[in-house]
Formats: sequence, structure tokens, C-alpha cells
Amino acid sequence: MDRRDWLSILARAPHDDLIARAAPFAAPHETLRAPEIGSVMVRGRASGTGAPFNLGEMTVTRCSVDVGGTVGHGYVQGRSVEAARAAALIDAAMQGGRAAEAEAAVLRPILAAREALSAKRAAKAEATSVDFFTLVRGED
Amino acid sequence: MYVATKGGEVAIDAAHAWLAEERRGDAATPALTDAQVTGQLTLSVARVMVEGALYDPDLAALAIRQARGDLIEAVFLIRAYRTTLPRLGYTDPIDTGAMQCERRISATFKDLPGGQVLGPTFDYTHRLLDFALAAEGLEPTTTREGPVPPKPRVSGLLDREGLMEPAEEGGVPGDVTRTPLSLPADRATRLQVLARADEGFLLSMAYSTQRGFGRTHAFVGELRIGAVVVEMEIPELGFGIEIGEMVVTECETVNQFTGSGVAPPQFTRGYGLTLGRCERKAISMSLVDRALRAEELGEETGAPAQDQEFVLMHSDNVQATGFLEHIKLPHYVDFQAELELIRRLRREAGERREAAE
Repeated sequence: MDRRDWLSILARAPHDDLIARAAPFAAPHETLRAPEIGSVMVRGRASGTGAPFNLGEMTVTRCSVDVGGTVGHGYVQGRSVEAARAAALIDAAMQGGRAAEAEAAVLRPILAAREALSAKRAAKAEATSVDFFTLVRGED
Repeated sequence: MYVATKGGEVAIDAAHAWLAEERRGDAATPALTDAQVTGQLTLSVARVMVEGALYDPDLAALAIRQARGDLIEAVFLIRAYRTTLPRLGYTDPIDTGAMQCERRISATFKDLPGGQVLGPTFDYTHRLLDFALAAEGLEPTTTREGPVPPKPRVSGLLDREGLMEPAEEGGVPGDVTRTPLSLPADRATRLQVLARADEGFLLSMAYSTQRGFGRTHAFVGELRIGAVVVEMEIPELGFGIEIGEMVVTECETVNQFTGSGVAPPQFTRGYGLTLGRCERKAISMSLVDRALRAEELGEETGAPAQDQEFVLMHSDNVQATGFLEHIKLPHYVDFQAELELIRRLRREAGERREAAE
């Protein structure tokens, strides 16, 4: 799992779950950038594959911490100061000696829950997939 | 003309207090929560998000509660809040081809790779009021386990045969939240304006093209609803991450032809994309997008839906309601002038009549 992977899991994690799972990793730290709620402009493409255009914004919270010289950046979707700080602390933990522990206790379970939810919705969607049947017209 | 007026503070305070009480409704009935609104009034939430142009279901739910269910008022609240947020960046364009579809249908091909997935649609319901709706106990939802077949774009299937006009390339798109709209607007700017436009307005504009005011002969090539991943480059990291996930609705229409002496005829495209589940709006948007391309495609113009100024300058319900509703606010001085004018005209007319007699 590389940094892009874990930051992506943290950004998409449900806030309550992330905050609870990250609590044991709350190391003493210096706040480099206090949690800030902002927006990002989400882009789409004309006809799905053509020229980019600005679709609309979404809320994002970010935070940066320094844990004993290791800088952790947290970005989360939505508005949660605590979740952004938790994400930054986990980012720092993942770069240090507690990486394996944080991966097992925070990242893997969050990813597994997300994938399970997604599989459940996909299975419901597929159950509404139309199976066409052809009427025998008796022409042969 | 506006003149500062004083007074009325006590009345305004009393009005606000009563508003809060009316909003709460009967105190014996439990108050609504944001979770109830996001979970059970999902489509209202989607409408407030897309017209507010800010994806945040919890905020939209709060706005709906605060606005007593008036969705345009809720959109107004979201727009006002949005202006207070620092802009942290622009994302990569979302890849709707990789959408996890909860619905995906085509009106042009029956057997398409990945199948016709109906999803939780109203389409085949009887539209009869269900008086048992409040009752407990749901039928269990059926599932079909196993691998999910990929769902390639329908327009891609036509592309392969060269039957579809190519999707045009483009650079950095204009942003109407940063630079005011100026006309004529390019397609990227138009799509941004249409994406945040009032659903009712777009629906009527689209309907007008179907009835003959700028006909485009649209087929819904594909309509898909589902979750997409949002990726963004993080400057301090120097690489991109998945920064979130959102449900969007996409509609691509296949329309009648363009072609020239040198180029053979090809189908043309109309496009609709919305935040959240907004099927009616996405279809409307794709029809209006296509209508607004009439001039570039060398078609006859003149219908309302083909007129950029008419469509783009009147589609925003916050702007429209702001200007419309301001006429109920005090215009005492303007009206005083009107009163004096009409009294003078009547007096003068009377004098002329007397003089003639």
C-alpha cells in the first residue's frame, strides 16, 4: 500500500469510523495547518470523454500535522475537523514505525467496509438487470 | 431607486420568532433530523445539491429543514454558504465511464454490453398513492451476486463505426463562480451553467424542443446513475489522490445528423451531467445542450432553447428569485413618483377637456 492508496482510503472514509479507529494513533503533534473546511471544484467532461467543464463543488476538510519530524497531511471529503486531523495523524503513522499496525487497524477495515457496501449495492443493481427473452415467431 | 428605511425591527424580530415556531410545526410531533432528510428525501437533497452547485448531502438536508421544504430557498442558503468556503483546488475530470452504476439504460439499443440495469426507478410504478407506505415491514431486496459486467459507453459503440461525431477536446474551462458569464459562451461554460440551472426551467426548455421549437430528434443513447470517484492533485504532495466519491447522473443523447460535402453524415451529441440523482434534469440538460449547439452545427436557429442569452441568463433560480422577489420590498419613493405622475396626467387631461368645452 503506497501513500496515494492510504490517503485515498482516508479521504473517502466515513468520518465517525475514521475518528474512532484513529484514536489509538493520536500521537503528540504540532499542527502545521489547522483543520480548514473548503471546497474543491469538481470537473466533468462534455459527452463523458470530451472537453472538461466545471460541474459543481464539493466540501473538503484538510489538516497538516508534524509528529516528531514526520509531516502528515489529511484530506477528507465533507466537513469534519476531527476527521481531517485523524487522517493527518494516520498519514504520519503510516510513514513511521506504526505503519503495519495502522494499516491493519485503520486502513484495511475501512477499505473492507467500503468494498462490502459497494458490492451490496452492485448486487442489488444487477438484480434489476433486464433479461430479455425472445418470442418464437414460428417462421421455420 | 432605493432609500434607506428605518423602523420595523420589533416586527422583524417577531416575524423571525414566529417563523422558527412554524418551521418546527406541532411540538407534539418529533422534529425532523438531517439523517432522516438525507435518507428519505434523497431526491430533494440531490436537487438542492445540484442547483446549489455544492455536493454535501448533510448541508443540503439542513438547508431543506431551515427552508421549511422550500427547495429554491434551500438552494439560496447553500449558494450563500458556498461563497464563504475557501477554494482548495480543481479536481481531475470525473470518469463517468468507470461509474459504479445503480441504474444504466439505453433507449437506442436493447442488447448492450453490461445490460439494461433499471435500478430503483419510479418508471414502472403505477403512480397510485400507496396508503400502506407508512406501514412497517419491507419486502427484502433481491440481489444477484457474482461479477459485475463492465458497462461501456453506448456512444463508444457508435464511435467505433464512425457514426458519432467526435467528442471535442478542450483546455482549461471557464468557471462562472469566478468570472461572470459573458456571451457568447463556449460549450464548457454553458454546461456549467446548465448543471446548476433550475430543473423546472430546463425541463420546459427541453420540452419546447420536443414540441417543435428547435427540434433535435433526440434519443437517450444512455442514462446512467451511480457513484464515481473524485480525484485531485494535492500540491503539497505532488501527486493525485482519491479525494472523495459522489453520486452523479449522466445522460447522453444521440441526435440527428450533421455532415458536409467532405464529411459523411454523423450523429451529433447532447450531454447532461448532474450532482446526485437527478434523472429528469440530466435528460433535460442534454436536450438543451444539444439545442444550444444549433448555430455551430449550421442548423436553423431562432427557437427559445437555441438562444444562448435566453437560456443562460434566465436559468438560475437564485438570480431569478432574487430579482423577482425584490419587487415586494419597499418601493415607496418610486411609487410616490408614479402617483404624482398619474395625478398630474389626470389633472391635465381634465383641464384640456374643460378648455375644449
